Amino acid sequence: MALQAIAFYLMAAMTIASGIAVVSAKNPVHSVLFLIASFFSAAGLFVLLGAEFLAMLLVVVYVGAVAVLFLFVVMMLDVDFAQLRQGFARYMPLGGLIAGGLAIEMIVVSTTVATNGAARLSDTPMAMGKGAVPGMSNAEAIGRVLYTNYVYFFQAAGMVLLVAMIGAIVLTLRHKPGVKRQVIMDQVLRTPATGMRMVSPKPGEGIDA
Amino acid sequence: MSIGLAHYLAVAAILFTIGVFGIFVNRKNIIVILMSVELILLAVNINLVAFSAYLGNVTGQIYAMFVLTVAAAEAAVGLAILVTFFRNRGDIAVDDASMMKG
Repeated sequence: MALQAIAFYLMAAMTIASGIAVVSAKNPVHSVLFLIASFFSAAGLFVLLGAEFLAMLLVVVYVGAVAVLFLFVVMMLDVDFAQLRQGFARYMPLGGLIAGGLAIEMIVVSTTVATNGAARLSDTPMAMGKGAVPGMSNAEAIGRVLYTNYVYFFQAAGMVLLVAMIGAIVLTLRHKPGVKRQVIMDQVLRTPATGMRMVSPKPGEGIDA
Repeated sequence: MSIGLAHYLAVAAILFTIGVFGIFVNRKNIIVILMSVELILLAVNINLVAFSAYLGNVTGQIYAMFVLTVAAAEAAVGLAILVTFFRNRGDIAVDDASMMKG
């Protein structure tokens, strides 16, 4: 139990410290790297809660895809980041006030809910799911519910990803003039009549084009 | 002492407010604003998973998975818009992004 507490405090502190570093780092590349650290520690918290599948999903999706996408964009854009940091000190007091108030409110409410809320809570994280049996893995528990009760939502999530993918491609696609491309349509519609022409060049002159 | 639900909720609350604070202080830097939104969504996910674990109901984790999906889609489209905006304008200062007179 003590080991679990140590692990929790270690990962919670790591998550929060990395989160603070994300918003306060001078260089956005460092921000992205701290974001990755934050997601890694949050994945550790998920493992402590018994949600191994979601922890792995967080590592694969966020660290493997989203954070790398961020890194790519930050490094690709040639921006004067020092100039973008103007006003950091100006908004600091107001932001700190609002964030501090929000944090205190949320912690009070969540502590109240956790200690004497209406819901019946267990003392420790537990194995769960439809037809849960002891020793069933977290991935199996999720799969049993996801592919039965939530199968339409699962399909809808896939559709959301498809639309986002197409949207991102369409937004960033750019046709440069002067680039030679293969036009399949023209190739298919080519006939002997259009594909060939007879010329009789005079000696000493070439043919134009 | 043993770690209870309140501990996880407190971590999520602090992470959420860090995200809000990041949006406040980085008004001009849209990349860091997008990262702050990711932090906020991570806090929401920690809340969902913690409640799911302590209520013994796996539905919270499924919801967290959907949040993850939408967050990934949002990041992709947001960064694509950012790249297009940078191509058109040459910088990414958001406080004078008023081409659409919004």
